[in-house]
Formats: sequence, C-alpha cells, structure tokens
Amino acid sequence: MRALVAVVLVVCAGAALAGDDSACSVASSLVHADFPLPHVADAIKSKRLTVAVVGSASSSLAGATGIKAAYPNKLEGVLASRLTDVTVKVVAYVKPRQTAAEMEKEFEKVLLEDKPALVVWQTGTVDAIRGIDPEDFRSALDEGVDAVHAGGADVVLMNMQYSPRTESMIAANNYVDVMRWVALQREVPLFDRLAVMRQWNEFGTFDLLAATKDTDMAERVHACIGQLLADLIIDSAKITATETGAVR
Amino acid sequence: MYPVVPVARDLRLDLFRGLALWLIFLDHIPSNIVSWVTIRNYGFSDATEIFVFISGFTAAFVYGRAMRERGVVVAGARILKRAWQVYVAHIFLFVVYMAEIAYVSASFDNPLFKEEMGIFDFLQQPDVTLVQALLLKFKPANMDVLPLYITLLAGFPPFVWLLLRAPTLALAASVALYVLTWQFSWNLPAYPSGEWAFNPFAWQLIFCFGAWCGLGGADKIGPIVRSPFTVAIAAAYLLFSFAVVMTWYFPRYAHLVPHWLSDWMYPIDKTNLDVLRFAHFLALATITVYFVPRDWPGLKSRILYPAVLCGQHSLEIFCLGVFLSFAAHFVMVQMASGVVVQVVVSIIGIIAMIATAALITWYKGVEGRHPGPPTRPPGATLAGGEA
Repeated sequence: MRALVAVVLVVCAGAALAGDDSACSVASSLVHADFPLPHVADAIKSKRLTVAVVGSASSSLAGATGIKAAYPNKLEGVLASRLTDVTVKVVAYVKPRQTAAEMEKEFEKVLLEDKPALVVWQTGTVDAIRGIDPEDFRSALDEGVDAVHAGGADVVLMNMQYSPRTESMIAANNYVDVMRWVALQREVPLFDRLAVMRQWNEFGTFDLLAATKDTDMAERVHACIGQLLADLIIDSAKITATETGAVR
Repeated sequence: MYPVVPVARDLRLDLFRGLALWLIFLDHIPSNIVSWVTIRNYGFSDATEIFVFISGFTAAFVYGRAMRERGVVVAGARILKRAWQVYVAHIFLFVVYMAEIAYVSASFDNPLFKEEMGIFDFLQQPDVTLVQALLLKFKPANMDVLPLYITLLAGFPPFVWLLLRAPTLALAASVALYVLTWQFSWNLPAYPSGEWAFNPFAWQLIFCFGAWCGLGGADKIGPIVRSPFTVAIAAAYLLFSFAVVMTWYFPRYAHLVPHWLSDWMYPIDKTNLDVLRFAHFLALATITVYFVPRDWPGLKSRILYPAVLCGQHSLEIFCLGVFLSFAAHFVMVQMASGVVVQVVVSIIGIIAMIATAALITWYKGVEGRHPGPPTRPPGATLAGGEA
C-alpha cells in the first residue's frame, strides 16, 4: 500500500514540475489511434482540413472568453501548428441539453454547410441525465455515424467528462458502454474523455473536485483536451485502412 | 450470540447473499479502487444476479411453506406486506438521496461542469419529481434494485401458487414471459424518459428460477449440476467471459475478439438480463455448488460468519449499503479521495454492515424470548431469515 502511495506521489510531483504540455500527456496512453480516418487523410493531402464539432454544453465554456478557450478552438490551433502547410478550420455546433438523437438530426445541415472531412461528435451526458433508453441512444449513434459516412466525412466519438462530484448521481455506465461498443463495431475512433480526465484527476494534473467560480482550470482542461484530440486525429489519419486490416 | 442454525437452514444462501450485499455496496461507490475485487470486473454478470436469485430462493422457501400451511390468502397477504416494507425502505433511501443531492447542488460550483449540473434540474420542480418517485418512475442512480424487488414480490403470489401445484409449468411460464419480453420489448416506463433500468419482466426469470430451485427444483437438477461434464462447460464459459471482459479494460486488445463474435454478442444487455449474463450466473452457481457443498464445514467458521450474518438480514443490510455508498462517496468528494481513503471507507462500510446485522440478530433474539402478540411462524426464520 505504502509503495503504491509513494508511486502516486512521485508521479504527481513529476506532473506538477513538468510543463503544461506533459501535464496533458500524462493521459496520452489512453488516446490510442485504432481506426483510420481516410477523409481526413485526403483533406490533409489536399491542404485544406475542415472539422465540425457537434456537441452539448461540455464542448463550450461560458463567459466572454468562453468560445476562444473551449476545446474546439484549441483543437484548431493545435492542428494548424502541427499541420503547418494545411489550412485548418474547426466549426463548433454546440447546443446545451441536446441528446444524441437531437444532434443526429443536425448532421445533414452541418455536412452541407461546411463540407467537413471530420465530425467530432461529443455526446452521452445529456442522454444519461435524462435517462434516455440506452437502446434508443445506441440507434441514434448508429444512425448518426451512418449519416456522416454517407455525407463523405469521418467520425470521432467523444464521451462524457469525468465529473467526480456528480459521479454518484448520473448513471452513466450504460451509455459509456454503448459508445464504446458502437465505436468498436463501426470502426470509429473514440476519444475517451472520461478516462483521460479521470487520469488527470488521479495524478493530480487537475483537481476536478475543486469548487470554484474561476474559469482558469476549466480553460486549461479544455486546452489539454484540444491537444490530445488533435493527436488522436493526426495519428488516426496516418494509419490507412489496409494497416488496420492487417491488425484485425 | 443468538443461535442461528436450525437444522434445515442452507447457510450457503446466507453466505453468498451476504457477500453479494458487500459487493453491491463496493460497486455503488464510484471511483473506488476496492471495487476491483468485485465479480463484475471478471465476467458478464454481477452481484445483482446473485442477490435476486437467492432472494427468489428464500422467498419461495418461506412463503411456499406459509401457503401450504395457512393457505393462499394468508401467504399472499404476507408477500404483499413484505413488498410494502420494501417500498417504504426505498422511499426512505430516496429522501436520503435528495438530501445529499440538494446539499451538493447548493455547495458546488465549477464552470467546467455546467452540463453535469443538469442533474440538479429536477430539484426545481419537486411537485413532479416527488410524485414520480412515489410512483417508482423516477429512480436516481443506483436506486433501481429495490423497485425491481417490489414488483417481483407484488407479482409473486400467483407464481408461488402455481409453483406448489405444477413446478415445471410455473418455470415454463417464467421463461415464456422472458422470451415474450425480449420479443416485444416490454418494460415499465421511467421518468423523465426511458424505461426501468432493471426490467422486471426480464429479471423475473432469475427470481422465479431461484424460487423454483427453492421449492425442490434444486434437488431435481442436483445430479446434472454436479456432473463433471456440466462443471467443465461452466468453467470454460467463465474463462471465455473473463477473457472478453479483459478486452474492455485493455481496449487495445479489443481486436482479438473476432468481428462475428462481437457483432453477435454486443451489447450485453443488463436492463433485460441478457442471456449471456444469465448463463454466466448459472456457470458461477454451478462452480460454487461443486466446491461448496451444503455441509461444508467452513460455512460455520468464524471467518465467514460476518457474511452469513449480513445475508440473514438482507433488506436492512441492502438499504444500509445503499446509504453507506452515498455517504462514502460524499466523504470522498468533501474530504479526500486518495487510495487510502477509498480503502478505509470501504472497510468501515462493511464493518458497519456487519455490526448492524449483529445488532438486528441480537434484537430479534431478545424480542423472541418474550411472550407477546402473535410471534412469527417458525418457518419465516428458516431459510435466510426474511425473504
């Protein structure tokens, strides 16, 4: 037990000493490119990458600087700096209190208006809070993935935030499992925000239990999410369909 | 200590129900490192199946005897009285839950979790929320098991009646209801949307199977269950299930599960008691019966006695466990949530469950010695205390 505590302490100290970048990357082993993103790969080749983020309230931050500090905007910044000769644009369609089924209806419009190569679909929390039938949640995800693929774009799914205070109140497990299964079955990358943020909390990278009105930590969390999400997108675009075929 | 071992009592029921109660408590504390010991991490089914099965077994044992001796009306009335007690216990827990959630909503603020705060919305309309809770439609997280138990008990009298007359037919009726439920997606509605997280029309299968075993079925299938062939199949299935579950925790090995298998297998539906879960429970039970015979001396050992004790007062200890898991999570978020705290809180919780069970046993013993108004029929204290 003591040894375990000592290890945790050392890791925490290490994370605290290191710069912001490596603080995020404490959780990078949880972000694993399993499936290819062929449309993103093509878009990178043609030097123009548009990403649409469709999500509920946890894809934004309130306040005057909210839009700038939220992860969709951070994602744009990181992608642009890592893909130096590509014109990167990230558009965010964020509406609070939207279930997966409600968001899924937006896809047609999003695909027509922005012609994105990739849709990042953040969902799950609202469905869990409202107690939507997990089976309905699953079919909404399936239909949404179909709609985006039919519209000539790739999908990355993003699950819930890790929120320790409300953890015993929101029964999220079923929805987490459904998202994992759909991602696996449809061969779509899943950005496991829940696991990533849990890791940050455990390692002391961010104190997610803190009660505060200050947006400082929220902004740093979003910056880290943007960074790891960019890693996932770029890594997934690098693997081609034949490679995963070999793995399978 | 009050003597707890009448001749006919199968202590295995108490032991495993007690253990299941501990596991349910540990599973209900979120982000608890100790919950890694619980069986849901190593196979398809979890402690809920064990709890529901044993509850069905003991309920049939107790009320089946009552029905034989006192008739259908008296036994039916007793079952419904029990359902009412469970309902009252559930509402009590709901009030505790409301107190916790109201406190957290008033004291916690963080712009990062604006969306998650949506869970507090129902506090804005107590008129709707409270009525829906009384109707068992609004059920907060981790408070689904007692409503399931209430509906199972409410539908139990006719089943016991049939079970006493034509056990095979009764079991067939239960299986038929399960199949029809899957076929036509029957379930009870929930609030604010969706359906019950534990579908009573599906979960009745394991309760009724328990009841069937409790009224003689166990003796009938005993030789089959103990045959080496059955045990080997059960062991193989447990291993298979263990391997599949491991790929959930190590997603990079997920591709080792062949596509045709995952297409067929997923999702493993807890709400409707997936056949894979039921089979996993059966396999676990088979292995358990093989290694732990009814007269296993360990059942009377001091080490296992605390679990036996908890299993003998399942309703009280189950409710206490739900309350303790709220309390444990509350302590973890308000004070400290490190690994040490998680372990300490888990151990304290289990000790509190044991101490309470011992207190109830003592109290019932004291009460039982005084001659007073109608005492319990002796049968009610036989298999597993209350049903």
